[in-house]
Amino acid sequence: MMSLVAQLRGKLAVKAKPARGKLGDPVFSGLVFLAAFSIIILMALMVYKLAQVAMPSIREFGLGFISSSEWDPVKEVFGAEPFIYGTIVSSLLALIMAVPLSLGIAIFLSQFAPRWLQSPLGFVVELLAAIPSVVYGLWGIFVLAPFLGRTVEPFLSDHLGFIPIFAGPVYGVGLFAASVVLAIMILPTISAISRESMRNAPREQKEAAQALGATPWETVRIAVLPLARPGIIGAVILGLGRALGETMAVTMLIGNRPEISASIFAPAYSIASVIANEFAEVTAGLHMAALVELALILLVITLLLNLLARLLVQKTGSRALRKGGR
Amino acid sequence: MAGSITTNNLSASFGDIRAVEGISIEIPANKVTALIGPSGCGKSTFLRCLNRMHELVPGAHASGEVIWDGKNIYAPEMDATAVRRGIGMVFQKPNPFPLMSVADNVSAGLRLAGVRKNKAAMEEIIERSLRMAALWDEVKNKLGKPGGSLSGGQQQRLCIARALAVEPDVILMDEPCSALDPASTQKIEDTIEELKSDYTIVIVTHNMQQAARVSDFTGFLLTRESGEPGRLVEHGTTSKIFTMPDRKETENYITGRFG
Ligand SMILES: Nc1ncnc2c1ncn2[C@@H]1O[C@H](COP(=O)(O)OP(=O)(O)OP(=O)(O)O)[C@@H](O)[C@H]1O
Ligand SMILES: [Mg+2]
Repeated sequence: MMSLVAQLRGKLAVKAKPARGKLGDPVFSGLVFLAAFSIIILMALMVYKLAQVAMPSIREFGLGFISSSEWDPVKEVFGAEPFIYGTIVSSLLALIMAVPLSLGIAIFLSQFAPRWLQSPLGFVVELLAAIPSVVYGLWGIFVLAPFLGRTVEPFLSDHLGFIPIFAGPVYGVGLFAASVVLAIMILPTISAISRESMRNAPREQKEAAQALGATPWETVRIAVLPLARPGIIGAVILGLGRALGETMAVTMLIGNRPEISASIFAPAYSIASVIANEFAEVTAGLHMAALVELALILLVITLLLNLLARLLVQKTGSRALRKGGR
Repeated sequence: MAGSITTNNLSASFGDIRAVEGISIEIPANKVTALIGPSGCGKSTFLRCLNRMHELVPGAHASGEVIWDGKNIYAPEMDATAVRRGIGMVFQKPNPFPLMSVADNVSAGLRLAGVRKNKAAMEEIIERSLRMAALWDEVKNKLGKPGGSLSGGQQQRLCIARALAVEPDVILMDEPCSALDPASTQKIEDTIEELKSDYTIVIVTHNMQQAARVSDFTGFLLTRESGEPGRLVEHGTTSKIFTMPDRKETENYITGRFG
């Protein structure tokens, strides 16, 4: 009996000491949990609501919605293929252009730029990310698209026209112009984040390479890039996410024609653009449902690509850790 | 003579701050020369001037001469990367390339130098380098494992093997054992003993016994007053420096350390 009391008292004493922390702890962790959980609820609710509104279209067209390319609000026939195509291709083209350039910028800023140049140049790059997309769109339509249509596109189609993607008439405005603007828009995201991960490359690693007689570029290749890889992949994912969802600039430049052409100079359409262009004039239920289903598809594409990329990062990241750890 | 290094009035600074000044020392070939001195006296800085690593630190600058194999490595026509290939370095903290395999770590320097060899020849060099670094028996079954998966002592010997694979004349070691346990330290000291017939070795160490054990010659560096650059107080054979140094400071430092 005595011992039980003593035990209890001991327990209480132990418990009583960090009382403040103990009381604050559950409250805090509860709040944090709630915050995190509310995101999931919100997400689920959104998907549910969207699916509900889209239901008529899902019922009417089924899986054919994805593979049909006819989009006619008057006849009430809706197919998403050209939009899916335009969204994915413009984003991938943007990535193809932006990734090498961004990595070049990141490598220069983190490894080679003299100190006095690093912050101003980095600041300018980050500033690019802050420009509203309507400004990009406006610049794109009045400056970039005419320029591309006058110089780059004719050049490519003259010299590489035998490849179908560069063949055909050039308009200026089209899939290519939209991709170029997208590339410029995601450039700061990708370069800023990969610069950060390259900057964290340990000095010891660089010195190891340098002491073996590595040139500056070789040093980057063997001592900086391998460890920065997960960060670079993360940067590319973020850039891709931004490209997939970008609406304003793409709408202004892509040509807004729901067609799939072999040529990248031809006009096209993207999911975000068609939603932005048509939601205001929606009258009939089915049209509305089809637009919302498009939104759902964009959500799914984004989620899938994010998931895929995350898996990729986790794999390389954990492998790097496993290998790097003692 | 191949592998010998002579410095003439070598000074090095970080920006406006002088770290070492006026160091003239002869480092004979195929011998082990130890550099000792209190923390911050410029041993690492001096060592890094010997293979032009010092100038890679932003704002860092070196002046004076370093004559290696009859040529001043700071002469304008000298290629710094070639110098670093001929004068290898092992750092205080083991720094293998963590994601590269053990074998690739060893051959990294050769591949960087553009040496093209067939697989068998490459494997032979890898094995020989690892044997010289006393690591072969421990890693021969995990040559494909990443360098980062070895123990700290093994990693340091891997770094030695990596430095040896390019067949340098000189190997500079900056406190190569300070992060290691006694057993690994013992192994590396044995390795140094073996290497010295083929290589010139310069080793910075805080461990007096280690300097006494492994080196033939010893140089003592000191910062006389804080803010002053480090200077070479005295150098000579290890037995002389440790038994009857000419300078009072040297004696104080050595006996102070021994207690
Ligand atoms: N990157 C640097 N920038 C500025 N000053 C530096 C730098 N590295 C070293 N120093 C200075 O140069 C002097 C010599 O440093 P060094 O690292 O060569 O000393 P050390 O003898 O190797 O010391 P330890 O035994 O602690 O390694 C010190 O005063 C140090 O503060
Ligand atoms: Mg040091």
